Amino acid sequence: MKESVKKPVIAVGPFHPLQEEMEFFQLTVDGEIVTDIDVRISYNHRGIEKISESLQYDQIPFLVSRICGICSASHPLAYVQAVEDIAGITPPDRALYVRVLINELERIHSHLLWVGLAGHFIGYDTVFMWAWKYREPVLDLLEEITGNRNNYGNVKVGGCREDIPNEIKPKILKELDEIEKKTEMLTKAVLDDPVLHARLKGVGRLTKEDAIKYAVVGPTARASGVAIDVRADDPYAAYSDLDWKVITQPEGDVFAKAVVRLLETLEAIKLVKQAVKKLPDGPVAIEVKEIPPGEGCGRAEAPRGETFHYVRSDGGNRPVRHKVRAPSYVNVPSFKASCIGEHIADVTITLAAVDPCYSCTERIAAVDSRSNVVMDYNKLLKLSRNKTEQMKKEML
Amino acid sequence: MNQEELNKKLEQISDKLIAVERPLEDRVFLLCESENSYQLNKFLFEDVPLRFVVATGIDAEDCFEVLYHYSYDQTGCIVTLRAFIRDREKPAIESISPFLPGAEWIEREMHDILGIEFKNHPDMRRLILADDWPEGVYPLRKSSS
Repeated sequence: MKESVKKPVIAVGPFHPLQEEMEFFQLTVDGEIVTDIDVRISYNHRGIEKISESLQYDQIPFLVSRICGICSASHPLAYVQAVEDIAGITPPDRALYVRVLINELERIHSHLLWVGLAGHFIGYDTVFMWAWKYREPVLDLLEEITGNRNNYGNVKVGGCREDIPNEIKPKILKELDEIEKKTEMLTKAVLDDPVLHARLKGVGRLTKEDAIKYAVVGPTARASGVAIDVRADDPYAAYSDLDWKVITQPEGDVFAKAVVRLLETLEAIKLVKQAVKKLPDGPVAIEVKEIPPGEGCGRAEAPRGETFHYVRSDGGNRPVRHKVRAPSYVNVPSFKASCIGEHIADVTITLAAVDPCYSCTERIAAVDSRSNVVMDYNKLLKLSRNKTEQMKKEML
Repeated sequence: MNQEELNKKLEQISDKLIAVERPLEDRVFLLCESENSYQLNKFLFEDVPLRFVVATGIDAEDCFEVLYHYSYDQTGCIVTLRAFIRDREKPAIESISPFLPGAEWIEREMHDILGIEFKNHPDMRRLILADDWPEGVYPLRKSSS
């Protein structure tokens, strides 16, 4: 008697152990040009806003820092600023400087992560390896300061949960000097490469008009000439005491976005050094007894752009309403403007240029409107990397 | 425009507002009825002009509210238009997506989680809720636990 062998069938859906995030981009193509793009999100909707309504004010920073792994300092900061507005509290100066320190360290490691991913998408795996290697010391520093590589749990209403021991300041400065040298080297290598110029310039262009219509924020907006940055426009923490500049580029293409992020990383290093050197003495938090009725809007410049939190209080110890808006929420829909008319080999890098958290470009498939040929993410990635190879051959 | 000039400009629409609240120098709340929200939003986005940030839908015991948050980046002022939807049985408000594509997603989201209808929305599909989520169940309403 032969036993029938059962073969398991594994479905690879929007959820898969290998994929980092679950979003689905469906491109409609005509030949090799994208004619339409549809985005489906919310495969992993966690109901954070609803959960917030059942938590107390001091529990919520821990909830919102888990919205995103690499904006995990910006969400709690925007939230506590909204609540501090309602209660009319100003945290002590030392807290404001510590907040700058943590948030700028986050910006450095987030941008370096992006540079690595962008390199991977166009076939520059060495850039990928280097960028992620230079990122490690930043994460180590954050672990020493806050106890964690992500989800720092450092802010609370009224200041910071934990202080930075003054003994660690020389180490931070020393590490940053090293990171600055490596970042400058990486910046130069990337920006001087003629193949990268040819591959990324003019690709995935988002015009200034579209940037305003779609209300985009962050490096996505600044690379299209829209000079908005919450740290300068609506200064919070200690940013108005420090010397730094807003980085913009006019072209709006993927290359411009790369330039903005690399130069911002160098500015962030400057900011951390200043924050360490000027760190004032004193307490790092004030006691907050209750939150009066009212409403507050708080925002922070996350690595991807403006993070906005709105909180409404009725005087109790839970918010009546807590609205969270992450920057990718407005940046992702702008694909409609920047992807349509582009070649499919450029889609992965155009989508990555907006820097959706953890590169949601994993979830793309292309559908040819004439023949219904479906190209999945791996084929699109291959197309992108092959295009670079081709360009290299033609140029060298 | 500085803050004073912005405040003056906002006075141009004061006849369509119920009230103006200013809890902080750079946080302004304009209260209005939902019938006027389309015109007021158009004024804020196109005439002032302000940058659209996001909209918040709230289930407020006796009515629904839609708050449209705008930013004036020159001074860091956040201007919030608070529109009251009085009809709790069939809450509806005019969509602003026709002139503001940046509002498309958030209106779809508010429709999903609060059940507010956005009239003339160009593409009203589910955004947040799963395809097989039952009709008529709105998670962010106070009655949903």
